[in-house]
Amino acid sequence: MPGEALDQIFVRAKGSILSLLSGAPEWLVQIVSALISITALLVVFPGLFALISVLERKILGRIQNRYGPNRVGPFGLLQPLADGIKMLIKEDVVPFRADQAMHFLAPIMMLVPALLALSVIPYGRNMTPFAIDAGILFLFAVGSTTELAVFMAGWGSNNKFSMLGAMRAIAQMVSYELPLIITVLPVVMVVGSLSGDAIVAAQDGYHFGIIPRWFVTTPWGATAFLLFFTAGLVESNRTPFDVPEGESEIVAGHMTEYSGFKYATFFMAEYLGMFAVSGLGVTLFLGGWHAPIKALEIVPSYMWFFAKLSVLLLVFIWIRGTLPRTRIDHIMNFAWKFMLPMSFTCVLAAAVWHYQSGGLRGWLWSLALIVVIYVALSALLQTGRKFAPRTYRFAE
Amino acid sequence: MNTGALAVIAILTLVGALAAATLPRLIHAALCLVLGFVGLAAFYILLGAEFVGLVQIFVYVGAVAVLIVFTILLTHLEATGRDPFNWLGALVAVTVFGGLLWAIFNSGSVWQPHVPNQDLTVRRIGDALMTAYIWPLLCVGILLTAAMIGALILVFEEK
Repeated sequence: MPGEALDQIFVRAKGSILSLLSGAPEWLVQIVSALISITALLVVFPGLFALISVLERKILGRIQNRYGPNRVGPFGLLQPLADGIKMLIKEDVVPFRADQAMHFLAPIMMLVPALLALSVIPYGRNMTPFAIDAGILFLFAVGSTTELAVFMAGWGSNNKFSMLGAMRAIAQMVSYELPLIITVLPVVMVVGSLSGDAIVAAQDGYHFGIIPRWFVTTPWGATAFLLFFTAGLVESNRTPFDVPEGESEIVAGHMTEYSGFKYATFFMAEYLGMFAVSGLGVTLFLGGWHAPIKALEIVPSYMWFFAKLSVLLLVFIWIRGTLPRTRIDHIMNFAWKFMLPMSFTCVLAAAVWHYQSGGLRGWLWSLALIVVIYVALSALLQTGRKFAPRTYRFAE
Repeated sequence: MNTGALAVIAILTLVGALAAATLPRLIHAALCLVLGFVGLAAFYILLGAEFVGLVQIFVYVGAVAVLIVFTILLTHLEATGRDPFNWLGALVAVTVFGGLLWAIFNSGSVWQPHVPNQDLTVRRIGDALMTAYIWPLLCVGILLTAAMIGALILVFEEK
């Protein structure tokens, strides 16, 4: 295969480091191997976080017709460095009546699950840092612990804004965890495995030689991907679902009483969570590290993964620059009345697709099923006729 | 089995459970209970039951702990000093513990040598659930659906 040397360069580098230890006992080799993977994760993702934080401000600036950061370094690219130094030398204020232990532990409990979740995603051919049989389940299991961290931040701060923000965050995270997991279910059903590597391997090859066999090209996959992405927006508390930290109402939600590096830790955890959700979306629906065209397979696999990841992150930022904040009761209604039934529809459609053995007939049948249920659901949830046109007493 | 890891996990779990039983503030007790849950999950994973361990974290830390914490939050009861020693509670606890010990030692499987089950994959668990244990699974499903509908009816606005 052309370009294999470049494709496997990181795998080989790790192998050559490990071969230095050839005489060492096996447990030492395992520990060193794990440490290498951990170091790689700890270098790549905080680095990506720094890059994305400045890019986000630049892109938002472009959307809002202003410059964005442009003082530090060329094009303002060294801004994250300046931000980091600023955060480190800021005073760390802890409220007098705060629950000291909980206030201290919350940012750490936020960051650790995000880092753990990133460890099971296949970043390239043979490049899964922690390849286990139940990788997707592992990701959701560690991801579900962040709710407790948010609660600890809110309760530990001993502040009404913090508590309200934490309540909102937990409410929407719990509600959207259900659609998030159920939209993953069709992929797991069709592949028959919870391991990220198996899911990526199942999306290898091309329909008719041109269209890649990514799950997003099937009707159920496309629907599930859209639902998954929406639920991912909510889980990472991003606009338009950022009510937990709505500045105009509750200051900064559960992060109100945090300053300096603890605040930065929260910020980083939020972005790492966003990377984990996007990486999972790429793995499940966008073919993981596979190339979109056969001719482009010479480009290393990890480049494809990070290209797709960047596109998803760009959409995250684009949505943040475009959409206004949603009201919390609308978010909840949307979760239970629309997202949940539609994600169950995806499961059904995937089953139909699977038992028609995935051909053109399966494609059409699953599309028909999704369209019928979507139309029926829209008609059922139609609220337009309940409200008369708005009348004004004084503002005519 | 890795004895060192077992010792660390056992200490972590027991400390979490003890703290959950003794700490005066309910929120602290609940969070220490979570530590115990995590210790149990680690124990399952150490035994090779990866799936059970992950589900333990997913269900107990992700859902049950949040439920407990919210219950404490909404009831808003703060302890006002230590209660006197509860003899009835101690009796119940000792009885339950003794009963469990008796059941475990009489089950017979304790005395058999440990056979490492290498291919305990999620697929096998799924196969077993969908074939041999399909009726219990369906019953649990109906029970949970009924509970969910009941919860919805409880919070429905009366018109």
